[in-house]
Amino acid sequence: MKKHFRELSVAAALIVMLAMLAVFAPAFFQPQPLLSLATREAPTLVVACGMALVIISRQIDISVGSQFSVCGVCAGLLAASGWPLAATLPAAVGAGALLGAVNGALIAGLGLPSIVVTLAMMVTLRQGLNLARQGQFVNLPDGVQWFGFSQSNGQGLIVGFALLLLFALALAMRHLAAGRFIHAIGSDAEAARLAGIRPRLGTFLVFVLMGALTGLAAMLNVVQSPQVQPLSGLGLELKVIAAVVVGGVAISGGRGNLWGAFAGLLLLACIGPALTHLRVEAYWEKAIQGAIILLAVVADGIRSRSGGHGQ
Amino acid sequence: MTAVPLLEIRSLAKSFGGARALRGVDFELRAGEVHALLGENGAGKSTLIKIVTGAHQPDAGVIRVAGREVSGLDPSAARRLGIACIYQQPALFPDLSVAENIGLRLDPGHALRRVGWRKLREQAGDLLRKIGAAIDPESEVRALSMPEQQLVEIAGAVGTGARIVIMDEPTASLTQKEQHLLHAVVRDLRRDGVGIIYISHRLEEIFALADRVTVLRDGESTGTGAIGELTERELIRRMVGREVAQIYPPAERPPGGVVLATRAIGCAAGGVRDVSLEIRAGEILGLAGLVGAGRTELARVIFGLTPADSGAIELDGTPVTLRSPRDAVRHGIAYVPEDRRRHGVVLEMAVAENMTMAVHRKLFPGSWLRSAVEQTLAKNFVRDLAVKCAGPQAPAGSLSGGNQQKVSLARWLATKPRVLILDEPTQGVDIGAKAEIHRIIRRLAGEGLAVLLISSDLPEVLGMSDRIGVMRGGHLAGILPGGSDAHEVMALALGQTAKGAA
Repeated sequence: MKKHFRELSVAAALIVMLAMLAVFAPAFFQPQPLLSLATREAPTLVVACGMALVIISRQIDISVGSQFSVCGVCAGLLAASGWPLAATLPAAVGAGALLGAVNGALIAGLGLPSIVVTLAMMVTLRQGLNLARQGQFVNLPDGVQWFGFSQSNGQGLIVGFALLLLFALALAMRHLAAGRFIHAIGSDAEAARLAGIRPRLGTFLVFVLMGALTGLAAMLNVVQSPQVQPLSGLGLELKVIAAVVVGGVAISGGRGNLWGAFAGLLLLACIGPALTHLRVEAYWEKAIQGAIILLAVVADGIRSRSGGHGQ
Repeated sequence: MTAVPLLEIRSLAKSFGGARALRGVDFELRAGEVHALLGENGAGKSTLIKIVTGAHQPDAGVIRVAGREVSGLDPSAARRLGIACIYQQPALFPDLSVAENIGLRLDPGHALRRVGWRKLREQAGDLLRKIGAAIDPESEVRALSMPEQQLVEIAGAVGTGARIVIMDEPTASLTQKEQHLLHAVVRDLRRDGVGIIYISHRLEEIFALADRVTVLRDGESTGTGAIGELTERELIRRMVGREVAQIYPPAERPPGGVVLATRAIGCAAGGVRDVSLEIRAGEILGLAGLVGAGRTELARVIFGLTPADSGAIELDGTPVTLRSPRDAVRHGIAYVPEDRRRHGVVLEMAVAENMTMAVHRKLFPGSWLRSAVEQTLAKNFVRDLAVKCAGPQAPAGSLSGGNQQKVSLARWLATKPRVLILDEPTQGVDIGAKAEIHRIIRRLAGEGLAVLLISSDLPEVLGMSDRIGVMRGGHLAGILPGGSDAHEVMALALGQTAKGAA
């Protein structure tokens, strides 16, 4: 109970908000708008899963937004040139994995700080994309939007897929040795190395996975509209990092899980629509999100000060 | 010589948790003397220094500076009183210039006040000249050698008008020539009436430089004497004079064949050179030596953390290559590291998770964690090693030091090793747990493990070991038979000279 205090308190905040909505704005719970909201947030959830792993291993990746944009444009161009979806999807994932591998090689291989490496990656990709696309949209051929299904089926597919991925990764983190290695590397890389774990290899693979998930998320985003925006991932990194941190993943590494990140994402994602339904001005959304993030960080600070583990 | 000592310390006491680091130290420093402070590792030298420089507050006792009693000493107060400390690793800002470093020391200034660059340079240049150091005040500290950095520190100390200068093993990493230079500076300071507390493990240096010597042992001073009245033998006796109070479990049977042998191994990066030793099945080979003598470094070479670049390692007579911890684990070598608080266990993770960390591949084929298997293993170790914890799911960070040590030990026993390297297994562990860990170590040896026991606790090495290797300056100074006495070990560890032995 105490161990999962943070995850539970985020879940409790979410429940309180939903309960308030149920009383004051039951219209929030209409199925179709709710499904649309979930569909819009599904790619973010996929990226957040990867980000949780990155942060648990005591790293950060602020290039995910740019990676997301690049993978989206790549997928769009491939689809527009006649590639079938079955080939476009793996290509998007592969492109992401490749970008992640570059990050991982620089960070794990050369021991460079991840914030600098991924900052460079973020700027390079974003500017490269501006240069190459000049702000042009990619028009997608028929049969790409909603994977060729009806809108509601497509939406269901996207949300279902993202949730399935969350389940699978959460299960793997808990039940595969690899998950434990990631926690160990993030808690104390030297102790992990002394125990025969390879922290550098682990860190590298986490970044590759982060990239692959970002590519996948980009694909889930591409199919939601008839066109691909050139900078669809702008600001995504902040949203995702905020969700993960609010969900109780310690920025200092080692602690946290995917369910917490999920709860954090839901909480932040629901605030905007909730305000609309409660007839509060939308300007408050960012302020409230900021306050929640601040609260989460303060809670972490107090927790580590009071010494959860008796330093 | 004035009647009032520069620094006078009476009955100083300090405890950390349950451990009593100082239990009544008397010390006196006069103006214009070099006063050597001697003692084994853990005798209380560092604690004493930290109290005098204001880093720690004493629990009891009196400190007088120039006859006036001081209380509530903190680092800035100590500085105002003219106390300066030069550490073995100089505490300078590597990216700033020499002049800036000295300037910061003299007067940190006000954040918004203009920096008088020219004055800063002149001042630093004067101070460096005064102590006879040929260092350009504008050079970046990063580019200086270790002794040059120490001279910068000394210049800063002189500049602040320090009357009490503490030097903590200043020559530990210096060459012979650099030592002579430093000694000349120390003599100059002494001539100017500064009192110098000089900590060193090198007896020959102490005989060459010091006027008086105080020996600390187990947090108590065993007396002060003029250097002319003392022999090396007497100093060593004072350092190790305690009786072996604990009863150590004896070996039950004679050791078997040689399991691990190192043939003249060396590692330039780790500062280990030309070490040849053999450990037999069922044998505990103790490894004694002063801090920095290369014991941990040797363990890291054998465990593949800093692989050997010369010589060979043999297991059961067959040469093996150990280039990583994984290689070592595969060959049945286990290493329970020093400083468990940092790297022995992962504090955030559960006891059970910590215990299985090195055996995932064996325990969980296909990498799917099986909770039942893990719990069984953890419960067995918790029982066998008598780990006191709320259960296998308790976070390792919630355990006491001795029990964390047992968790770290269990992790490595789970690999079913043939060679067990223990690095300071009882450091920071209370007496009761210590005896328990000793019994466990002896039992493991009895089960046929070859044990390499690194310890700075001399009675522990003497009591536990079947043979004792003594390291000094990165090489094996000698191997003594079990039952040797502390004098023999210390003489080897210190590199006793012919003069002092007379």
